[in-house]
Amino acid sequence: MENLPPGVAGQVTNRDEAIKSLFLEETTTGYKMVGFGILSIVLVVVDHLSDYLDEIRAGLTVIATPVLIAADLPSREANEIREMFSTRGDMRSQIGELRQELILLKAKTEKMAALAAENNRLRGLLGSAAKLQDNVLVAELIGVDPDPEKHEVIIDKGSREGVFVGQPVLDAQGLMGQVISLSHFTSRVLLISDPSHSVPVQVSRSNLRLIAQGTGVTNSLELVHVQDTADIQVGDLLVSSGLGKRFPVGYPVGIVNKIEHDPGRPFAIVTAVPSALLDRSRHVLLVFTEKELARIPEVSSDGDGR
Amino acid sequence: MATVADSPSNGTWVIALTFFVAMILAVMPMPEFAPVVLGYLRPEWVVLVLIYWIIALPQRVGIAVAWSSGLFVDVLLGSLLGQHAVAYVVVAYVASSLYQRLRMFSVWQQSMIVFATIGLNQLINFWIESIAGLTDWNIWYLLTSVMSAFLWPWIFLMLRYLRRRFHVS
Repeated sequence: MENLPPGVAGQVTNRDEAIKSLFLEETTTGYKMVGFGILSIVLVVVDHLSDYLDEIRAGLTVIATPVLIAADLPSREANEIREMFSTRGDMRSQIGELRQELILLKAKTEKMAALAAENNRLRGLLGSAAKLQDNVLVAELIGVDPDPEKHEVIIDKGSREGVFVGQPVLDAQGLMGQVISLSHFTSRVLLISDPSHSVPVQVSRSNLRLIAQGTGVTNSLELVHVQDTADIQVGDLLVSSGLGKRFPVGYPVGIVNKIEHDPGRPFAIVTAVPSALLDRSRHVLLVFTEKELARIPEVSSDGDGR
Repeated sequence: MATVADSPSNGTWVIALTFFVAMILAVMPMPEFAPVVLGYLRPEWVVLVLIYWIIALPQRVGIAVAWSSGLFVDVLLGSLLGQHAVAYVVVAYVASSLYQRLRMFSVWQQSMIVFATIGLNQLINFWIESIAGLTDWNIWYLLTSVMSAFLWPWIFLMLRYLRRRFHVS
């Protein structure tokens, strides 16, 4: 060995190391698998049964935000490129349409303000609590759950903007879902079409109270336990009933599109089409009801007082 | 030359980048006009990348990397924390006990193993979700492993090119 130049000796030891590294110590791999496996299963159980891990999840979600934003880039860019290539004439006609729509909506709002005032006055006469306008926050979609079985989306507003778990989410057409988990910058929204989601609704024509359950298909909701003699028709509008205290009263949820009376079954089979464009809306509204707004200053004043 | 090859951080950024891209592909939204079935055709990008690096560099990428990437995927997908982590750990164990044989296999034989391993990954995820009462069995889940096995040769060639180009060892 002494006769060999130092470079060769180095190569020999390198090769020895290389050969050593060819054979992994299988026993440590086994121990590691068992260790990490048990750790993961403990995490799964704790996460499923409690909310101790929500803080950790929120922290990790902040780290994961760049991935979500990067994944959303192509669709965002596609929209922008589409806009870039639309002609001047297209843009002008679009602006014209939007102006007309704005005037129409303004006229409607004026009427609405008067009606709301009148409604509150009448409620005052009846001695019941006044209905206030709900405040909303506009958010943008930045991600969709890749699993087709899960109807969840990710929006770009989080606990920093005051979003809370259970907050109702709307789009311009109707109720979309509710917030189920939060991080600093983003939050995850469960859509009303998810099979694990139900909304208390009422038929706006007959005030019949029902529950609309998600089916796992974006354009269909199922109304459960509808009696065969119930006053419900195809074309009826379903609005949120406010029972369950999660969703505010009176937002459109869907329109009944099929009623089947099967003599072999105890209840009628009724389905509805959601009013919200669940798979198409990019901009959504987060609703702060007056109760939530009232709660925030109350908490802070309590904190100051002590 | 020897010192460059020996430095343990050689090309860590390449490995990290491939995982980053795989995670982006894993959560990339489908176009709105795409039919729902397309959603099931999405391969398990992160597992494919994981299997490749375990076969290529078993002394650097192993159970620990599998666990942390699985936890990260759990956060990205909003699944139960640890659910993908445990599945990835099992996949990593299978891959790292077979890596010497896998290196000898042709790329299509490797595809078969990838099919079985990703099927196992899907099964573990499904078990956990069904015990937690979050999902129902759906035959379409198997499409994921079919698609992953089908894409494996290209992923393998691409990652091998990257590894050789940037001297990751």
